[in-house]
Amino acid sequence: MITGILSFGAYIPRRRLQRSTIYAANAWFAGSLKGLAKGERAIADWDEDAITMGVEAARDALVGIDRTSISGVTLASTTFPFADRQNSGIVKEALGLCDESGTMDVGGSMRAATSALISAFRSSQAGVGPQLCVASDMRKSRPASEAELSNGDAAAAVLLGQGAVIAQFLGSHSVSLDFVDHFRASDSDFDYGWESRWIRDVGFHGVLVDALDQGMRALGVGADEIARLVLPITVRGVAASVARKAGFKEQAVADTLSLNVGDSGAAHPLLLLASVLERATPGEKILLVGFGQGVDMILLETTERVQSLPARRGVAGSLAHRREDNNYMRWLFHRGLIELEKGMRSESDLRQPLTALWRDRKTVLGLVGGRCVQTGTVQFPRTGLSVNPNQHARDSQEDYPLADIRARIVTYTADALTYSPAPPLYYGLIDFNGGGRMKVEFADVEEDAIEVGREVTMMFRIRAIDEQRKFKRYFWKAAPVVSEA
Amino acid sequence: MASGIKDKVAILGMGCAKFGERWDKDAGELMLEAFDEAMLDAGIDSSQIDAAWLGVAYDVVNLGSSGIPMSFALRLPNIGVTKVENYCASGTESLRGAVYAVASGAADIALAMGVEKLKDTGYGGLPIRTLGTTLDMIGVEGSGPGNFAQLASAYRSVHGVGKEDLKRAMAHVSVKSHANGLKNPKAHLRSAIDIDQVLNAPMIAEPLGLYDCCGVSDGAACAIVTTPDIARALGKKDLVTIKALQISMSNGWEQQQAGGWNGSYFHTTRIAAAKAYDEAGITDPRKQISLTEVHDCFSITELVTMEDLFLSQEGEAWRDVLDGVFDADGAVPCQIDGGLKCFGHPIGASGLRMLYENYLQLLGRAGDRQRQTPPSLALSHNLGGQPSENVSAVAIVGLADA
Repeated sequence: MITGILSFGAYIPRRRLQRSTIYAANAWFAGSLKGLAKGERAIADWDEDAITMGVEAARDALVGIDRTSISGVTLASTTFPFADRQNSGIVKEALGLCDESGTMDVGGSMRAATSALISAFRSSQAGVGPQLCVASDMRKSRPASEAELSNGDAAAAVLLGQGAVIAQFLGSHSVSLDFVDHFRASDSDFDYGWESRWIRDVGFHGVLVDALDQGMRALGVGADEIARLVLPITVRGVAASVARKAGFKEQAVADTLSLNVGDSGAAHPLLLLASVLERATPGEKILLVGFGQGVDMILLETTERVQSLPARRGVAGSLAHRREDNNYMRWLFHRGLIELEKGMRSESDLRQPLTALWRDRKTVLGLVGGRCVQTGTVQFPRTGLSVNPNQHARDSQEDYPLADIRARIVTYTADALTYSPAPPLYYGLIDFNGGGRMKVEFADVEEDAIEVGREVTMMFRIRAIDEQRKFKRYFWKAAPVVSEA
Repeated sequence: MASGIKDKVAILGMGCAKFGERWDKDAGELMLEAFDEAMLDAGIDSSQIDAAWLGVAYDVVNLGSSGIPMSFALRLPNIGVTKVENYCASGTESLRGAVYAVASGAADIALAMGVEKLKDTGYGGLPIRTLGTTLDMIGVEGSGPGNFAQLASAYRSVHGVGKEDLKRAMAHVSVKSHANGLKNPKAHLRSAIDIDQVLNAPMIAEPLGLYDCCGVSDGAACAIVTTPDIARALGKKDLVTIKALQISMSNGWEQQQAGGWNGSYFHTTRIAAAKAYDEAGITDPRKQISLTEVHDCFSITELVTMEDLFLSQEGEAWRDVLDGVFDADGAVPCQIDGGLKCFGHPIGASGLRMLYENYLQLLGRAGDRQRQTPPSLALSHNLGGQPSENVSAVAIVGLADA
């Protein structure tokens, strides 16, 4: 059995903040940023983070896949919402994976995702079942910093294992070197970076090029044989110059999404890989590189199946599903970089009883409802007595996951009175195709995109944040279906 | 089949505090203001009260727990005081307790009080509170306007009514109530408004603007009830009796069963109204009901309630509203006292404030706003919760011989 990639997925938040807008707000203070003020960057909404974006990317990767086959999930990130509460465990619950699945968080470096992927490939070769590697990052940056302009928020996921692979795993090579181009202390929100010229000359053109030379020799493949080189370096021109110096073909260098997404940190290698897999043809060798205190290299070769996966959002769909954003103040507020007067309505205590979350974890995190086996009535949440007025059957319901079922709007409003970090708060009632009704908040709403009868799709989001205890409550929201990928 | 409550219980006296931003009074003093008037009207002293019910919804900015605060405030004679809470229908719920006590013979005279002190919150609108442990994880923390605004989106869709037509009909509801409230010295908001003011007001929750929403205020109202025989023995001549008292509550069907309820009406109000008409022996409500006080927390609520009370055909209330059917001089006046729109909505007090107006109108004691065609049967409709999950109370009172 060959080991390789079985499927992949991606998620890029809908809002794209225009870099010219960021620059315009800061030009008085940091005029030197002008050179970076081109294109747009992806920004997560207030109710998104590394976990929610990771869940969405994973769901994209699992289109058409039997979830009971998954043996484990890793989440790679440098911006985990929880320092101690397994973040990948929340992803597992949201995806409804079986309780026997392995879960692991991998962080600490821009190489987190590639290192996790190498480890998963190795265990797959040893016979472990299909594993999901998710990478997601939502890095904070100070206003008027280079990172504010060049970073982006995104997530990607790869399902790997044995059997019907779309790309075969041919091998990997890693070097570890404490080359500190930037760092972020455990208790800090922001990166501290060194001079870009040194990073380019010594880091990319030195450490990275040397590692690529060594790695290609170790893998026994010539650089010119690589059809697609994934170098997740968004600094202008560097991916091309590294490729040239290391002997790769210029046309092999994959687009770094620097102009339309930004550097998504630990997620970026997998995001670019997903983008490459979307356009790859059979028989292409792909070299996936991770750079951060060393270098990871993963060599893949696409198979006949690479063009036969079922349709998914992917990177292309995410890029198309964009909404231009010029509201810099909104972005600063949502990242906690300015404090707005939120008013007394925001003052309620949002403490989460952990007993209740444990009791209702499938309902809350998995959006699992109930289906009455006697009448077929679907309901949310699942309860002891069926909601069906003709037969309030007792204990007749089986688990019925609703997260991947489309729904239609029955009623809605845009509420300007209730406190919301993004007013007005849109909410209403939806009916799921095939049964089930619930009250929901709507996500990613544009004013004209919401009407009775409109189709919506469920998304995993932050429902509320207990600022006092720094606990995030996750739940599902309904987003209008804009267009099919 | 239960024999019902018709004519078993009479109203001995009623009182209603001045509603408004009562910065000077706490909930206890507001209750006392309503109680003084009711006792004077009833012509009894408090030692004659056998049992009492208190309807109040919010603990946080209000009275605190139990019936004790009312027992203290009114210096009741160590009788049982039952505190009830059923959202915005708490006032009618307390009446139900008192009426049932008298009807059962357990009490000769009983008191029903409703009170709410909302203006100690520090902000407009209703106080924020928890939805409950489970719903705090999976529910939606919408505001009152947001919850009720959804009626409009569904009503438009179900009945094919244009956005502007419905908005205009909703505006007429509010203009009419303000015209009525102007004549009521106990109302909070006493100012005439016109259609353009309503249409151009700031949006609170699409499509409800500022004037589509009732006010928020402090207030209290109470009723003292007894049997018709005791009322007559105490010297009452014109008796107002309870003809029907029905409460219906959602059990999840509207909110949880796909494809059932369409979002444009109140399932519970239809049930409570049908039962109440049956209990009162009313067969043609639009002809037989003299006037109504309904739960106009929002203009759209009043509009669809006209259909749910079977006073308008389904999908036609917006036309009836625009035709003036429910104006003070229309066929079936609605909110002749100004309604929640002008009184504001001190939650626990509203149901009894509605009853107070019906009582005055039936006895010809409504002053400037007295309905000229002498009323004989009057309906109050008191609703709590939100369209998809609510408690709906319908009380019909009338002259003893009606």
